[in-house]
Amino acid sequence: MAVSALATGCQPPGFFDGQNLWHEWVVNFFPRIGDSICRGMGGHADGGPPNWLIYLVLGFLGSLIVVNIAALGVPFVVLLERKLLGRFQNRIGPNRVGPFGLLQPVADALKLMTKEDITPAAADKIVFALAPLAFAIPIILMFAPIPWADHASLANLDIGILWVIAVTTAAEAGIFMAGWSSNNKYSLFGAMRAVALLVSYEIPLVLSLLGVVLLAGTLNLSEIVLDQRFAPNILWQPLGFFVFIIAVSAELNRAPFDQLEAESELVSGFHTEYSGMKWAMVQLGEYAALIGFSAIIATLFLSGWKGPLWIPGYIWLVTKMAFILCAFIWVRATIPRMRIDQIMAFGWKFLLPLSIINIFATAAEVIAFPDALPYWLIPINIAFAGACVVGMAKLLGFQPKTRKIVIPGRPVIGDDTPGRIVPLMRGGN
Amino acid sequence: MNVGVAASIAFWIMAIIAVVSALAVIVTRDIFRAALFLILAFLTVAGLFITLSADFVAAVQVLVYGGAISILLIFAVLLTRDVQKGNPSNRMLKPAVFLGALFAATLIVVITNSTWKLSGDSPPQGTTAAIGDALVNSYVLPFEIASVLLLAAMIGAIVVARGRDE
Repeated sequence: MAVSALATGCQPPGFFDGQNLWHEWVVNFFPRIGDSICRGMGGHADGGPPNWLIYLVLGFLGSLIVVNIAALGVPFVVLLERKLLGRFQNRIGPNRVGPFGLLQPVADALKLMTKEDITPAAADKIVFALAPLAFAIPIILMFAPIPWADHASLANLDIGILWVIAVTTAAEAGIFMAGWSSNNKYSLFGAMRAVALLVSYEIPLVLSLLGVVLLAGTLNLSEIVLDQRFAPNILWQPLGFFVFIIAVSAELNRAPFDQLEAESELVSGFHTEYSGMKWAMVQLGEYAALIGFSAIIATLFLSGWKGPLWIPGYIWLVTKMAFILCAFIWVRATIPRMRIDQIMAFGWKFLLPLSIINIFATAAEVIAFPDALPYWLIPINIAFAGACVVGMAKLLGFQPKTRKIVIPGRPVIGDDTPGRIVPLMRGGN
Repeated sequence: MNVGVAASIAFWIMAIIAVVSALAVIVTRDIFRAALFLILAFLTVAGLFITLSADFVAAVQVLVYGGAISILLIFAVLLTRDVQKGNPSNRMLKPAVFLGALFAATLIVVITNSTWKLSGDSPPQGTTAAIGDALVNSYVLPFEIASVLLLAAMIGAIVVARGRDE
């Protein structure tokens, strides 16, 4: 694995077509940069530096880029979230610092750096200090196999998607270290809820992924993108997409599943006691996971860096990620937080059976059409997904009720009969 | 310096961390820290798998041991009474040392006396497909038996946990 194809290294002759050099440099930006650095160091020539040195330099530079995508992307995603939440709540949102509030991330970062870093007296000091790192580092690791464009992933891992799942699961230890070492019952409650939630939603998350893996026949993220030649996987896998995106928002601890932070009851849960840069580290981990998972969703279901127009792949990927981020923020602004027992019942009784149905349906389709799925399966799949979701909801006893809001003297809101007016009560209330 | 030397350096770093953290698990009084050291040992073992080019096994090690087993351990720590007061002393020290020494001695004898076969082949690139093929084609019966056993254990645990009244 360590020496599996370094995607940004020296490319073989004839790798770049070189027809239109300018356009080709824009499209193949990352492989071109890697190739130039490699050749500039004299790689693959006689008397040049050894391969491991080139590998080390390129790997270091690539890691620098990817870590900075995460670390510099986070403040702007936070700004986007605050702006959009403001709009959803009929406010303006941050607009004081810089034009349109664009310098708000800088101000936030300065504020966090100058804040006092408090460690509670009763805390387990070493574990308390290590917990934000144990939370943020695995999440940054998940960016390694994401293909930003053709031949432009930092590590073209054969186990790509398994790697992502594994390292994000390892971040749970960080949440738990934070909750326990704070020596605060609210932190501990938050951490316990986090673990219960993640154990429950890990299963539908992984099972809904398996449909995509079955279609592509590989775990490698670059190959999963290349496999979506004719249509993005969301069309073949609508049910898988539905389950995956819900399980991801639970995995990311976002509303409506943010029961472990639950500001109104747990005072933000496992990071109640954190302040200053340690808090910033926790926040970095949470929002880096949001960015990373939107890249994963785009890669798995929306055909990643591929697009119909001649626009560079990384622009396509970032555009798709922006759409997914906005959808997550929209959901957060719209749906109220669920109770912990509702979350558990939703995960185990609703998402888990749906993801298992999805695996069997996908496996049957792949066996029936081993070469490529025919296009007429797309409407069937979408109808099947809709029928499954509605049927499962009915099976669990979901009955949507139109609630009538009755204010005496006004027309009844939500009533079918037009102009029905509840008479004002005389006497009493 | 070639790949072999780099792999040796990585091996020794991770082997030392794994052994030290495994020792720390048994000498730390604070049971929560002991659990954290055990997680560190699991993760370094995953690193050792990577030096052996067993990437799938390494990822599963992180997923199962670093994720699931560690959460199980931490839940067990949480549900233990008076855990903040540290590890209570009991009379099991001497039998535990005896059994541990016996087990270690057995392992050392077995490791030093067996003849280890070395393969001259280069490690396979991409082990996932081969592992999947082996699990559901060649060894499908043991695989299914293990699955049924785990399912039975799970159902048994649920029955025990539910109690009699419900």
